[in-house]
Amino acid sequence: MNPKFPVLKNFKIFGIISVLLCAVGLVGLLALPFGVNLFNLDIDFAGGTEMEFNMKQTVTQDIQNEVGALFAETTGQSASSVTSAGDNNQQVLIRSKSIDSETRSKVIEAMKSKYSLTDDDLYANEDVSASVGNDLKAAAFICAIVAIILMMIYITFRFELTSGMAAVCCLVHDLLIMLSCYIIFQLPLNTNFIAAALTILGYSINASIIVFDRIRENLRAARKEPFEEIAERSVWQTMGRTINTTLTTLFTIGMIFILGVSSLKEFTLPLIIGILAGAYSSIFLSASLWNFFRKVFRKKHA
Amino acid sequence: MKKSVISFIAVMLVIVFLGVTAITGLYIPGGFSKPELAEDDTTQVRALIPAVTDSENGIRLGLDLVGGSSITYEAVLPEGYDHANLADDMKIAQSMIRQRLTNKGFTEATVALRDENRITVEIPEITNPEEAVQTLGTTAQLTFVDADGKEWLTGKDIERATAMYGKTNSSLGSSYYVQIEFTDEGVKKFSEATASIAARTDGTNVLGIIMDNSVISMPTVSSQLNEKTCVIEGGNFTNESANELADLINVGQMPFDLKQAELRSVGPQLGANAMRTSLIAGLIGIMLVCLFMLIVYRIPGLVACMALGFYIVIECIIFSWVRVNLSLPGIAGIILSIGMAVDANVVIFERIKEELRAGKTVKSAIDSGFKRAFSAILDSNVTTLIAAAVLLWKGTGTIVGFATTLGIGVLVSMFTALTITHFLLNRMVDFHIRNPKAYGA
Repeated sequence: MNPKFPVLKNFKIFGIISVLLCAVGLVGLLALPFGVNLFNLDIDFAGGTEMEFNMKQTVTQDIQNEVGALFAETTGQSASSVTSAGDNNQQVLIRSKSIDSETRSKVIEAMKSKYSLTDDDLYANEDVSASVGNDLKAAAFICAIVAIILMMIYITFRFELTSGMAAVCCLVHDLLIMLSCYIIFQLPLNTNFIAAALTILGYSINASIIVFDRIRENLRAARKEPFEEIAERSVWQTMGRTINTTLTTLFTIGMIFILGVSSLKEFTLPLIIGILAGAYSSIFLSASLWNFFRKVFRKKHA
Repeated sequence: MKKSVISFIAVMLVIVFLGVTAITGLYIPGGFSKPELAEDDTTQVRALIPAVTDSENGIRLGLDLVGGSSITYEAVLPEGYDHANLADDMKIAQSMIRQRLTNKGFTEATVALRDENRITVEIPEITNPEEAVQTLGTTAQLTFVDADGKEWLTGKDIERATAMYGKTNSSLGSSYYVQIEFTDEGVKKFSEATASIAARTDGTNVLGIIMDNSVISMPTVSSQLNEKTCVIEGGNFTNESANELADLINVGQMPFDLKQAELRSVGPQLGANAMRTSLIAGLIGIMLVCLFMLIVYRIPGLVACMALGFYIVIECIIFSWVRVNLSLPGIAGIILSIGMAVDANVVIFERIKEELRAGKTVKSAIDSGFKRAFSAILDSNVTTLIAAAVLLWKGTGTIVGFATTLGIGVLVSMFTALTITHFLLNRMVDFHIRNPKAYGA
């Protein structure tokens, strides 16, 4: 067959690439408890109010300033950001600390009369209190931990503990790369992130398992061959599947990214990054990590 | 050969039949497609399989697709509040909000309890919900008035109201009724009220129980009542309606305030745009996947496309059937699962290719390909199901819809890959397409 590039022997190179990619996300995550926030936390998590109006004209910097001034005048506090949005920048997006219903009503009325808008031009109006945001954060965290533990148990049951550890490492790797993507592109971190992260959780472990399944099968057939060689062979045997499945998934999700509305773009970009990371980790890391954990595990018990 | 042609055609007919059913729906009576009923026609049309576009009986579109508002209230518990009552009190608050929504004409709205201290109200097609936010959550004003509108008692005078079943003093058989227990002050006031009302001789001897300016019950008073409790008999109370009335009366002294904790409101234009673009994206995506499969895997690729069509049809039917709550992440979940649905096919076909390269005949390569791919498909899908199950268990709102679509997608894709793909591939062999090249090897 075609000349191969040894995956397991070059574990260090791939490992270093991965560590670099994960670093941003990991730093962002570790900084959170210390009050340093690198993420663009959406109101879902941070709490706050967000309103979007259809201005029926291109929203320039001047209009943004004008809207900001109007907001401050009506509410007595300044907005945290006023930006343009939508496909043709015809919408204005106001974000602020959480304000109550009466105050929101005043803002809406003020906007309606100043720019002669109707209720239909209020494209979005969202308000999340800090308590809801905190509960959501806790739920997201519990979701991820519980899912990982359950998957690990299942894999340990079907394969062995060291493969479960390797699969979970790949998973954490993919999630960290996704988080890096949220920081680098400053994507709004909201409830959709939980859905995206959990999708990647399921998807990425799929890929690792396909590789492990082949190793398991090859191990049964050839008992004398060293594990490393079997693993190497299995990675190459499953390569076609990994690439093709990644491609077909990217076709559908990529079309949403290209054609979808902005909220869908924000949701699908991290998914695409996660899917690519999943393909990378299942090819270059999963088998190597299993090999690594096997060695460590065996030495201890030798 | 003849047998396989017949079974092949039969399977294709089933797929087409189900496809048509998914689009038009299956309704009883009236067969296919939803019969348009005249306005005064009260015939109940039961949807066996609701059409995929039937949002009344089938797939429910989320607020982010049709536009509308979702308001979540949080109970602000006063100090010293007995936590044991929370569940009951929240149910009371839920009935109160439901009653108010009905009064305002929001009949499409839904009210659901969430977490332990929150209530979520979803109102479709309302763009500026601020007025609703302000009025739905306020504490109810419960009053007992006579026919002239004189106020005799308020919610403060009532200890509690309970729905009960059994015989009352005046009834012969057992029936449902609502028992109201007064405070000491309430007993006095109630006695005065009933004395005054019972003394009326002009046929207006009724006691109106009013909440938020609308009458919730109007029992007749025939004599002065001077007891700790009184009973409202409706004659045609059901378990449900008695409980509802008791809840509404209890609202008068709900021990906590409701504060709006979350509001999400999306205009209809934004929703319609999202829906349209993701449908187009989905269609193009599916075409690309089919094209790719045909080029890479040829005959098996064609089979995978048919299986994919079957997969989409089954999914539509199941989604309509279980009334999935479809929102933006849900649509993304579906389109993602279509990409993943071909995964099982890819795993199998790659396996078949290997077996063919190893020199096996097409027939035995297909058999061993399926056998060997099974454990990989099973293990990889179970882990995705675990993720979906965790989301279902812990998630709220749109996340639940996403988990449902993902979970159903995984199950259906496993089913179609292991049955339909296998069946169709075997028929291809029966049709004498036995050149390994046709199978991508």
